[in-house]
Amino acid sequence: MRQRQAAQDARRAREFEAFVAGAAGRLLHAATLLTAEAPDDNPRARRLLTLALAHTYACWDRLRGEDPYDRARQHLATRFANGAWRQYGGLVPGRPHPGSPLGGLAPQERLILVLRLYEGVAEEQAAALLGLPVERVHTICDRATANLLHPPRGPAPAVVGAKVAAP
Amino acid sequence: MNRTEREAAVRRIMEQVSPSVPPELYGDVVRRGGRMLRRRRAARRLMWLLLFATSVAFVVWALTAHPWVEPPSETTPPLTGW
Repeated sequence: MRQRQAAQDARRAREFEAFVAGAAGRLLHAATLLTAEAPDDNPRARRLLTLALAHTYACWDRLRGEDPYDRARQHLATRFANGAWRQYGGLVPGRPHPGSPLGGLAPQERLILVLRLYEGVAEEQAAALLGLPVERVHTICDRATANLLHPPRGPAPAVVGAKVAAP
Repeated sequence: MNRTEREAAVRRIMEQVSPSVPPELYGDVVRRGGRMLRRRRAARRLMWLLLFATSVAFVVWALTAHPWVEPPSETTPPLTGW
């Protein structure tokens, strides 16, 4: 019994290490975009990623063929969605870091933009994940795209770098 | 600028700079995840133990108290003084 458990633990550690080596970079990038932090100073994104990956590790044996990356991404998104309103300033966007490309957007806009365009999740899946109607996801995605490419007048210095990069 | 171009532009903006993964991340994740796993295992074990204890207690009680036997009637007055 104990031996079997040890063997299972070792196998899980091996598989999980390979998974983290492959997926952590991309997930950390997504998390950093979500929290609107600078790429080299992202404690909140790291914390978010650590929790999501720890959760994936804990349910590794019960995945049964499901994609672990998918699971980690889902957990990351829902944790950010649930935490965004109380931790990160709620509806009023806080003070985003000027180094972040999505700094000028609201947390929900960032979340949908990252899910839809950076991660390439289908509209229906993103809507189901966040518990929103599909039309709403579509609208928010369009609005976020417009805000990012043509930032509204006013205090939005974070998007200056983004504007230069846009064609 | 149509939708595809706009989406491509946004993607390009988002992929500009990518953060580097800190080396201690894996250790943190495994420590945290392992703790989560152990806690879950302990909770599951506790639940089974509790279930087992309740069923044993129920069986013992049922065998001693015989709840299916009709209790002797207490409403009829005793027949005395014939």
